[in-house]
Amino acid sequence: MGPKLAGVSAKYEKEWLYSWIKNSSAMIKSGDERAVAIYEEWNKVAMNAFPQLSNEDIDNILAYTDYVPEPVVTAVADAGAVQLQSQSSISTDIILAVLIVVLFVLISMLYLVNKTLRAIALNNGIVIEKQVKKQSKPIWILFIQNQFLVFCSVVFFLLSSAYFAYGWLMQVGIDQGYMPIQPIHYSHKIHSGDNQIDCQYCHSSARVSKHSGIPSLNVCMNCHQNIAEYNGEEDLEKGYTKEFYTNEIKKLYKAVGWDEERRIYTGETEPVKWVRIHNLPDHVYFNHSQHVNVAGIECQECHGPVEEMEIAYQYSPLTMGWCINCHRESDVKVKDNDYYTKIHEELSKKYGVEKLTVAQMGGLECGKCHY
Amino acid sequence: MKKLFKHTGYFLLLSMMLSCFDPSKPNYQYFPNMYESVGYGTYDESEAFPNGIEAQLPVEESIPRGWQPYEYENSTEGYELAKVELKSPFEKNDENLANGKKMYEIYCSVCHGSKGDGNGILMEREKFLGIPSYADRDITEGSIYHVLMHGINLMGSHAGQVNDKERWQISQYVLKLRNDLIK
Repeated sequence: MGPKLAGVSAKYEKEWLYSWIKNSSAMIKSGDERAVAIYEEWNKVAMNAFPQLSNEDIDNILAYTDYVPEPVVTAVADAGAVQLQSQSSISTDIILAVLIVVLFVLISMLYLVNKTLRAIALNNGIVIEKQVKKQSKPIWILFIQNQFLVFCSVVFFLLSSAYFAYGWLMQVGIDQGYMPIQPIHYSHKIHSGDNQIDCQYCHSSARVSKHSGIPSLNVCMNCHQNIAEYNGEEDLEKGYTKEFYTNEIKKLYKAVGWDEERRIYTGETEPVKWVRIHNLPDHVYFNHSQHVNVAGIECQECHGPVEEMEIAYQYSPLTMGWCINCHRESDVKVKDNDYYTKIHEELSKKYGVEKLTVAQMGGLECGKCHY
Repeated sequence: MKKLFKHTGYFLLLSMMLSCFDPSKPNYQYFPNMYESVGYGTYDESEAFPNGIEAQLPVEESIPRGWQPYEYENSTEGYELAKVELKSPFEKNDENLANGKKMYEIYCSVCHGSKGDGNGILMEREKFLGIPSYADRDITEGSIYHVLMHGINLMGSHAGQVNDKERWQISQYVLKLRNDLIK
């Protein structure tokens, strides 16, 4: 974004810089040759005007940009660190080897002691008895002979298999915990957890429509035009390094056709094939805006702790029982909603309650969601 | 003893078969043709169009329902013009202000800060630098609307996320924040 500032006071005289910093667009308009040249070179992006800066302030800024820091000697320190690390790993290896040797010594000592004791016993005339196996009926014949036990175990077996069969049938078609691999590793943890971006910043259609849509890439570029690399925390165990995340941002640039060097859109775009996670059957109607806007429910109530998810997954079962349970338990939000005032008054009188649940307001009727 | 091992082996195998659920694949469905209708889904792949996607861009020059053409162009001149000329068609009441605040908290405060002083969370975490305080900028409701529409410098356009009325509500709220800051 714009030319390098280091050593800028050597290129231009002070008076020119004063007027440029205070109001660059005025200079471009007045047709100053050098001003227009910079403007053209940087894709006609105007610099902000800073009328609030005094000449003294600008002098201070220029002194800062002219300052050349001494190159810090880091290479030597790095080499030292590497040596230290390798030393410590060697020492753990040695400790491990010593421990193994000690183990072997102990085992062989035990064996020798046992052997000598046996020899002493034999010399003293003690006979070591060997265990003799008695011939008895095998255990399964004993089991069959006990009819009560057979009956009980058959009942137990049938009940437990029915339990497992029921459990297996009930999970058919439920995608709770579904965590597909997405084409771009988008971390909700970094965006909405660490950086606290509101869910609706990207999923803005949840506010106004049935769907909480997948944000189009121009929403990503609102920030990522500026943020081209990742500098946050790493999770080395799982391979989430800085390079890994930065590479994912490059994938975004490729998809949206953003030329990082020239800072322009090339127009060569390719769609990102996101994998849909939450998918209700087509015979169910669900409206996000009704829940987000009218009821004022937090996204997390259904979608779980998204701000902690490195990889997004389906948190709730999304079964009909799950929907209905919530409709039975939650009260209708009537505050600041004229639409509900009258009906709420009448129905709460009828049921003799202070607050109506969604179910009492008709939230369990089949036609509300299936039509 | 051998038998016991064998039985535990069978049991383990059985329980693995029952509990094994690959989280990267969707579960199987009972009567899938009741779950997924014949029609194309919004973001489906499809051979109906040459580029293989069901969702198509609208025809050029088409205007979404509820939108109005915006005639100030995305340039410094357009900005200056909008700053002077453009006025809100909506009444400046508390209801609009309240919704403006709500929208501001969602879309603006991550960068501009909840007070409008340019100290949002992204600024504090140094993801963005140099976000000005509203108090230091000479802005009008027209210029705020224009910037929401087209973006300026590092800020992108937010026209896709907030509609016409919400943009005016936000600009009302931003002016209120500015007045509070200048006080």
